[in-house]
Amino acid sequence: MGYTERFDKRKMDELRPMEAKAGVIKNADGSAWFKIGKTEAYAAVYGPRDLYPRFMQDPSKGVLRCFYNMMPFSGSGERVRPGQNRRAKEISMVTEKALLPVLDLSEYPNAVVDVFIDLPQTDAGSRCAGICAASIALANAGIPMKDLVSGIAVGRVDNAVVADLEYMEEAYEDGPVADIPMAIIHNTEEVTLLQMDGEVSKEMLTEALKMGLKVSKKIYDVQVKALKDSYSDKGDKNE
Amino acid sequence: MNNNEDNRAHIINSIKNKVRPDGRSCEEFRDVKVEFGVIATAEGSARVTIGDTIVLAGVKMSLDKPYPDTPDNGNFMVNVELLPSSSPEFEPGPPSITAIELARVTDRGIRESKAIDTKDLCMEPGKLVWGVLVDICTVNSSGNLFDACSLAAIAALKDATLPETITENDNTVVDYKHKTDKKLPLSKTPLGVTVLKIGDTLIVDPDSAEENVFDTRLTITSMEDGTLCAMQKGGNGPLTVDEITKMIDLAVKKAGELRKKL
Repeated sequence: MGYTERFDKRKMDELRPMEAKAGVIKNADGSAWFKIGKTEAYAAVYGPRDLYPRFMQDPSKGVLRCFYNMMPFSGSGERVRPGQNRRAKEISMVTEKALLPVLDLSEYPNAVVDVFIDLPQTDAGSRCAGICAASIALANAGIPMKDLVSGIAVGRVDNAVVADLEYMEEAYEDGPVADIPMAIIHNTEEVTLLQMDGEVSKEMLTEALKMGLKVSKKIYDVQVKALKDSYSDKGDKNE
Repeated sequence: MNNNEDNRAHIINSIKNKVRPDGRSCEEFRDVKVEFGVIATAEGSARVTIGDTIVLAGVKMSLDKPYPDTPDNGNFMVNVELLPSSSPEFEPGPPSITAIELARVTDRGIRESKAIDTKDLCMEPGKLVWGVLVDICTVNSSGNLFDACSLAAIAALKDATLPETITENDNTVVDYKHKTDKKLPLSKTPLGVTVLKIGDTLIVDPDSAEENVFDTRLTITSMEDGTLCAMQKGGNGPLTVDEITKMIDLAVKKAGELRKKL
């Protein structure tokens, strides 16, 4: 038997429907909104701006700070208590590491670039959606970047290797599950975020990573379209 | 700083001549938009847009133990999150006094109107009651958060439906996956309107520039029949009784206009 048909009838490597928009928060220097299935993320970039307290400054380059935050009503179960918990702090940290390799902050010594990621609603894959939104927002803010980063969760549900797990799949009970959030630099195909929880063989993991690389191209297209639209009449101008 | 002072003086001066930075009249709101059911994970939700200001409100329901002094009343609370993504002036960390005041003024407006009869939220006296928590998050903060929060909270409550409950080992718990078609009992629509006094001029729906120069503000929450249910004065300037009366008339009139958006 096994997991032969996905709960929402998607193909194993099929992503949920995506939407993205750049320049959605007027006050920010750059911003974006990214939606995949029922998971939705806003990202706002402020900076480069002065960094205080001064001991946090780096005289050789700018500092990137990311803040991952679930809105209190964004969980499918109980209310999420506001404020940074352990989980949010860890995700903020790995998000920073996922984005840093494409950024060039050498022109901004002693400054900080703040990226605030807020999730109005979630259905698994929220850190990846956050990275997708953050990547668009950084480009929208005009921060020098080598490339865009696309985040996607792959994994295994029972005997199947799947892309873009939804919550029902993460919580699958009739067989082993592995959830593998990853982030990929489009052109070099390098992996900048990699986490895994669950149970998986090396063979299945390799297959999942390759699936991740392949499907991340579709996310990249959505990100690029959002940026291009922001310069046409279709998108909001961020001035 | 000089530039700032000039700008300040300019705004104060033009408002004296009844000219606002964006060309509105003193009693005119920016465009107001209310969208319902925008968040799938909440039991009720709304997005309110007033000009460039955008806030999201979500209602989360839970089954709680009642407070000992009100054993047959459900719990109700409003919380406001001033997200640092929505303005360069907001910082990460514990709620600022601005956020606390916003939340408490919004909360009072709804609580004191008895729009939600907390007795209706009682499942089993002394043991089990519904908790209704309204969280409001700012997406873009460009003035008049008081009115935006009040409107968003009422809109989200209006949108809210009770989730299913199930019994697990003798405990009744919420089944968040399934919503019932039972609406939250909301008998009135209290709405807050903030009137600002700049010099001797009264204005409504201030933008960020106007909020930087005001002397006094008064937030007045009123119901359909014009009854007032909450007020909050802010700012460093004083008000005369005559001014307060004028502000109330204006707020009640504007609340009536906002109510049409619901």
